[in-house]
Amino acid sequence: MPRLNATQRHRVRLTVNGRQVEADAEPRMLLTDFLRHELGLTGTHVGCEHGVCGACTIDIDGVPARACLTLAVQADGGTIRTVESLAPEPGRLSILQQAFRRHHALQCGFCTAGILMSLDCYLRDRPEPTEAELREFLGGHLCRCTGYTPILKAALEAATMLHKKRPEEQLHA
Amino acid sequence: MATTATTWCGQSVERVEDAALLTGRGRYIDDLGVKPGTLHAAILRSQHAHARIAAIRTDAATQVPGVAAVLTGRDVTALSASLVVGVKAPIECWPIAVDRVRYVGEPVAIVVATDRYLAEDALDLIDVDYEPLPAVVDPNDALDPARPVLHDGLGSNIASERSFRYGDPERAFAEAAKRVSVTIRYPRNSGTPIETYGLIAEYDPGEDAYDVLSNFMGPFSLHAVMARALKVSGNRLRLRTPPDSGGSFGVKQGLFPYIVLMSLAARVAGKPVKWIEDRLEHLSASVSATNRVTTLDAAVDADGRVRALAWDQVEDVGAHIRAPEPATLYRMHGNLTGAYDIRHVSVRNRVVLTNKTPTGLNRGFGGPQVYYALERLMQRVAIELDLDPIDVFRRNLVPSGAFPYRAACGALLDSGDYMRTLETALTDGGFAELRARQAKARAEGRLYGIGCAAAVEPSVSNMGYITAALTPAERRKAGPKNGAQATATVALDPLGAVTVHVASVPQGQGHRTVLSQVVADALGLKFSDVRVVTELDTGRDAWSIASGNYSSRFAAAVGGAAHLAANKIKGKLAKTAAAQLNVSPDDVEFVGGKIRARGNPDNALPFSRVAATSHWSPGLVPEENQALRETVFWTPPQLTPPSDDDEVNSSLCYGFIFDFCGVEIDRVTGAVRIDKYVTMHDCGRILHPGMVAGQVTGGFTQALGAALYEEYAYGPDGSFLTGTFADYLVPTPMEIPEPLILHVETPSPFTPLGTKGVGEGNCMSTPVCIANAAADALGVAAIDLPLTPAKLAAHIHAAEPAPRSRPTVAAAPIKGRALRGSGEAHADASPDAVWRMLLDPKTLEALIPGCHGVEKLSDTHFRAEVTLGVGPVTGRYKADITLSDLDPPNAVTLTGIVTGALGDGRGSGRIRLVPDGAGTRLTYEYDAAIGGKVASIAGRLLDGAAKIVIRQFFTALARHTGGGGKSGFFARLFGGRA
Repeated sequence: MPRLNATQRHRVRLTVNGRQVEADAEPRMLLTDFLRHELGLTGTHVGCEHGVCGACTIDIDGVPARACLTLAVQADGGTIRTVESLAPEPGRLSILQQAFRRHHALQCGFCTAGILMSLDCYLRDRPEPTEAELREFLGGHLCRCTGYTPILKAALEAATMLHKKRPEEQLHA
Repeated sequence: MATTATTWCGQSVERVEDAALLTGRGRYIDDLGVKPGTLHAAILRSQHAHARIAAIRTDAATQVPGVAAVLTGRDVTALSASLVVGVKAPIECWPIAVDRVRYVGEPVAIVVATDRYLAEDALDLIDVDYEPLPAVVDPNDALDPARPVLHDGLGSNIASERSFRYGDPERAFAEAAKRVSVTIRYPRNSGTPIETYGLIAEYDPGEDAYDVLSNFMGPFSLHAVMARALKVSGNRLRLRTPPDSGGSFGVKQGLFPYIVLMSLAARVAGKPVKWIEDRLEHLSASVSATNRVTTLDAAVDADGRVRALAWDQVEDVGAHIRAPEPATLYRMHGNLTGAYDIRHVSVRNRVVLTNKTPTGLNRGFGGPQVYYALERLMQRVAIELDLDPIDVFRRNLVPSGAFPYRAACGALLDSGDYMRTLETALTDGGFAELRARQAKARAEGRLYGIGCAAAVEPSVSNMGYITAALTPAERRKAGPKNGAQATATVALDPLGAVTVHVASVPQGQGHRTVLSQVVADALGLKFSDVRVVTELDTGRDAWSIASGNYSSRFAAAVGGAAHLAANKIKGKLAKTAAAQLNVSPDDVEFVGGKIRARGNPDNALPFSRVAATSHWSPGLVPEENQALRETVFWTPPQLTPPSDDDEVNSSLCYGFIFDFCGVEIDRVTGAVRIDKYVTMHDCGRILHPGMVAGQVTGGFTQALGAALYEEYAYGPDGSFLTGTFADYLVPTPMEIPEPLILHVETPSPFTPLGTKGVGEGNCMSTPVCIANAAADALGVAAIDLPLTPAKLAAHIHAAEPAPRSRPTVAAAPIKGRALRGSGEAHADASPDAVWRMLLDPKTLEALIPGCHGVEKLSDTHFRAEVTLGVGPVTGRYKADITLSDLDPPNAVTLTGIVTGALGDGRGSGRIRLVPDGAGTRLTYEYDAAIGGKVASIAGRLLDGAAKIVIRQFFTALARHTGGGGKSGFFARLFGGRA
């Protein structure tokens, strides 16, 4: 990565939710701020900026990652998916999103985007997780509303439904 | 769905809120666009728990390009008035420090700039001279007149003291067979919503009016406090809320001082100002539940019947008594006898001030503190009288058939059948099997305990309960306060569609869905036909001081008001329809989107057609039947002001909870595992079972966190030690068992829908239920939260042996985050040569890691500037170093004080120089303490960081002379680099 001047704004070009986008950022700008305030993708939320709560989790180059611990300039040239990419079309929800709604797996919805993105990545790699595995995996997320029980139920049900659907709809959780 | 009659209430319909929230289309405060030119604020906060502010220099910050304004306490006092405090005491409560800081995190200055990054940069340029004062941290210390006083006007740290007496407690205690007592230290914790505070404030000088959009949750009684502080009439402070809010649990009540602050910042800057709180700000300085020291005694008959209670509560509200405090202490006042039939009660309440964050609303609000004491006491009654705890419940619960039951302190327990509910819980929850499990576990030598807890869960607060903090004479002077106005508006549009507006300000509870169900039921519509708007605008919408989302008032009060408003409009539409259907209005029914004649479904009109009539053909509708928009205000008559005898019906509804659980404690680690948890609720009629389950499971999880992990921890000097979610531990999916939730439904006779609150109960019952189980497992009488492994392990194991040796150099007692260490290094130079290096500023400059220059003030006094990084925080510090106990060239003591924007530290170390062949062996030992932001967010890393920095110094010294350092662990870890 080239050495960047701290006091200048730099052009950041990346693929977000399948589209090429670009905007300027100071080297210190967090990727969360870049996504939310430069690109207008406010679905990714900021809960702690310490990398603990998981609300800002997005898919960076196929891996779930904390956008709050990533600088915008680090994502230059990368491929990012955010919660805005999950629904197959406006007015329809993905299987995972539907399961969340059915099980009341969200209340305030603030942590939800991060959890959905983590699960979206995880269920691709691990289509038949056990409840224990899901618990451990979701241990990287904090939710203060639901008590997690409905989240686990929704995730398990979505995993089962997605697994049955494969391979036709492989990549869309 | 079907066009036939349907009752939506009682069904777990999918939430109307969810599609937007699941697709990233939520509209939280930080998602909304702002007016072009809006500025961004950042807040400089105190790193001291208690200090006088000698000077604040803001010039450098003001001159930064892009900075529009810098405000300090002086600007705020010039433009506003103190926040009103809820007790009769000569104290002020400003939203920013004025000449003195009283807790870590207290705002000291505000920078307003063109972007947040820039505003935070400018904070670093504000120079504050603090003169630290001794801090009062423990509430018992606050009772001690010898301790420093936080608010001089008060003369002590006791802000309020009242004693109460109901029945004849002295006689009951005199006659009792046994007196059982518990003393509880309930810790500080918080609901910590994942979305922090946020607001956008604007000032219009032409009208002298403020307009603030924020995720404040109410109660809107605080609107009056804010308007008074801003010195405007209520109609010149327009508060608005965004459509979505990321959780609150009471906590977003504490946003209100920032509404005042940022309104003033917007006024000074002449532009709208936006501020989003960060997580460190939230954890250290938003709002905390109160910590409380309670001594509770029971006068008990030999069979376990409790005749009287004696409460002594010392409530710690932190550094200011901020509205609505001391409400936490009084919210439960009417039901201090819990679920029991106890007729004699004495109460002594003291509210004290300490150098900690001011307290406020938090889920459970007073319940966790009260029930922890009460239900620990009931367990002790069973143990000390050798009774089955279940029999103690049976002997003391309010008897069946006694409802509504007027409790000794004034609560009117509206409905329930506690005895039957208890028995149902025991049977359906498998209590007998749990006992068998326990017996088996104990036979295997495992530490297994069972805990129980009973509670009444109050909901819909009486706006007058807080006046119980005043004497009857003071109340008479101030005028009676009472009631709990709820409001709802149902409106019809020209196409006959129904919209509902409420002032309930939800933070994710699904109010829009439930109100759709309630209103659809009343009007015979599909629930998806009804749309609900919950964002509030005090300049436009119906609201009252009781509005907002607190005291679990939604289902009971707001849902009820919506039901009444829908029925009001229904009555008018029925008359209009009756005329067209040629039947009497009493024979009109609303079913399946139609308004029709009862018994003749073909004689029907579409609902939308009738509903639109008053828009299109008002001339055809008599004035009294005009139906466009109906607003209902509802307040229950049972919520009367406190009586002259201090009896207060503090809430309208009282749900009943009975919990029991089995826990196992690891003999080695002291970790608690919840084996089984059963929670039985009677919350009246249930409108949406899925949401009730969500409230119970969510409350249970927060309560489990409070029981096992969560505490806002402070050092003895008032340093705040839990500034990240890696320090303030909230449960993750790994820690949460699924509770078995049971229900009994006895509708409330006092609410329009028979509903009661349900969201807070587990925060009251669960912490003590788990603690009772842990106490049972360990066989201990005294047990305080959180039940950390370290705390429990101390009960399991013998006390740890004292450390082998301790440095003896510490002159002053060590405060804050304490660090200790020792090590040694070798230098290839004589002790004399090394000694000269240690006293030479130029050499020191080269040796001290991150040093920017050493200034020699005298032979034994140096000043230096250093840049140090600890974990995520790197900052520049000023170091003041003195040398003492000089024994050239054998030993010297270094004492240093380090100050910087990110924190401060002090410590001392003794260095000894011993000839070692041709060179010198240096040994050192040190004691240090760190406070401020570094202690809050990087505490876990400090010990290691200090070792590394000190090691770097001696390694550099050794290298300077051609030698090498060695220090066991760190030398191994960092090899030659350390």
